[in-house]
Amino acid sequence: MLRFIASRLLQGLFVLFALYTITFFLAKAMPGEPFTTEKNLSEESKAYQRALYGLDKPLLHQYLIYPKNIITEGSLAVSTSKGRPVKDIISQSFKVSVILGLSALGIAICIGVPIGVISAVRRNSWVDWGTMAIAMIGICVPAFTIGPLLQIFIAANLPGIKVAGWGDPQDILLPAITLGLSTAAYLARLTRGGMLEILSQDFIRTAHAKGIPASKVITRHALRGGILPSVAFIGPAFAALISGSFIVETIFQVPGMGQHFVNAVISRDEFLLLGVALFFGFLIVIMNLAADILTGILDPRVRITGSSPK
Amino acid sequence: MPLLEVTDLKTHFHTRNGIVRAVDGVSFSLEKGQTVGIVGESGSGKSVTCYSMLGLIPMPPGKIEGGSAIFDSINLLNCGEKKLRQIRGKRISMIFQDPMTSLNPYLRIATQITEPLHLHMGMSKNRALKEAIRALDEVGIPEPETRIQMYPHEFSGGMRQRVMIAMALITKPEILIADEPTTALDVTVQKQILDLIKERQRELGTAVVFITHDLAVISEVCDEINVMYAGNIVERAETGQLFKNPRHAYTRALLKSIPAMHAKGDELYTIPGLPPDVSQPINGCAFRPRNELGERNKCLTDQRPKLKDTGADHWVQDCPGCLA
Repeated sequence: MLRFIASRLLQGLFVLFALYTITFFLAKAMPGEPFTTEKNLSEESKAYQRALYGLDKPLLHQYLIYPKNIITEGSLAVSTSKGRPVKDIISQSFKVSVILGLSALGIAICIGVPIGVISAVRRNSWVDWGTMAIAMIGICVPAFTIGPLLQIFIAANLPGIKVAGWGDPQDILLPAITLGLSTAAYLARLTRGGMLEILSQDFIRTAHAKGIPASKVITRHALRGGILPSVAFIGPAFAALISGSFIVETIFQVPGMGQHFVNAVISRDEFLLLGVALFFGFLIVIMNLAADILTGILDPRVRITGSSPK
Repeated sequence: MPLLEVTDLKTHFHTRNGIVRAVDGVSFSLEKGQTVGIVGESGSGKSVTCYSMLGLIPMPPGKIEGGSAIFDSINLLNCGEKKLRQIRGKRISMIFQDPMTSLNPYLRIATQITEPLHLHMGMSKNRALKEAIRALDEVGIPEPETRIQMYPHEFSGGMRQRVMIAMALITKPEILIADEPTTALDVTVQKQILDLIKERQRELGTAVVFITHDLAVISEVCDEINVMYAGNIVERAETGQLFKNPRHAYTRALLKSIPAMHAKGDELYTIPGLPPDVSQPINGCAFRPRNELGERNKCLTDQRPKLKDTGADHWVQDCPGCLA
């Protein structure tokens, strides 16, 4: 088991390095430079700034010094647009995004999985068709439509719920719903597919033949296998949810991490861009690993050998 | 009074392509400790007959159109799901064709095998586990104490079928329904499993309904044989009698197609054509188009032939073209 995790982490390191390389050169290929602004800066002050951030060094030097600083000092450099360490920016905004993402994931699981199970059990009934139609809509309708709709119909009518803003606990609600709904819809469809697959298996018939009540056949015999596709999906989806969403953060004025993915590009802030991209890559690697481990726990056939005592 | 008496059972499936009359008027009975075989080609309605009795037919599309199945003065076909559940898996158990897929791959053997004990006997966890280890020992699983904590994929096909048998018999049921229990197994393992079923049956006094398409298997285990064709029983007799003196043309054709009945080098006999499409109503003798051994032109065409007793409890469908 430990060997499996170690080898996956090593693979992840290569993935991250490849991601770094691609992002680094793409950032360099962007037109302009961090200090091109509307204000006409003098050449001297631009040169001073470049030297300050180490951007006057040869390209290869810059390419190598960044990862070296991560390893030796744990430093992600300093944001050229904000003048603060990228690490501080990420850690501050990530706290917000984790709260929002976890709530969104909770909503997605609480809505998506039960709906998927119910529509699989009642397949080809109006419940099935109805929920799957709604799920399809949930996948198709973008957050920038759902968000404002929630603002208009819920925030404007319910006292205590603000249209936008971040500070009170109840401020989490609307952005979390907006963020979680499409994930809920995907989960519903994946769970339904997984459950249908399992419910047609012979061992379900065996379970019925043993006289087990139908509800227990579903929870004890079918659910474990039925949610496997969802588990594989939740890993990367979770990484995406907790790293923030530019659209949802903009609509609801949430100081999360998603804004930096866009703003870093606009302000040609390559250190911030590298920082959030690498951090996101890191989350994806970890969450995929977690999903694989969880799959192994649920399905003994793919369990990593050598871990359990023989 | 027989232990189980099935009378005129009709199970139909209402599909998009019409009504599939999978079982269309089947009657048979089972005495305590007896082994009754149901033999027939794929799609003849053998399995549906047994699934109907236990309420394992998916409804819809399936529907039990008529008949009764009396077990201990309870009609299994209309006693309600709750009452049926108390019988299913406790007093009537089932084992299935493919042991590779009939056990839940996500749960330990221990969890699955103790389930009927918790459910039907209200046994405590420890006692149920002890009982389950004993049951595995009785079906010949070596080192049952350690094997019971494993998962199905760590067992071979034959071993899994042994687990299925142990699980089915753990509540000491009065009836065991075996739905082609040896079809998916190696020939060498088949014999072991048949012997095991017979041995356990002797010890527990269980009656067995044995479904198969393998005549060699059925001749070995059954006291009485029902031959099914297109949702009907066409012939029923005591095993020795049926093999010695088959009366219906279908039974004769089946027996003639056993490879061991041929001299070495002979071309094997096969029944021509395919079983009839039961989604179309069949008026007259269902076997008529494939009848080579009898006289096809004498087969009934206006009504389905009824079973009649030709003496010595040997029942045959009364069709002049098929009877011999």
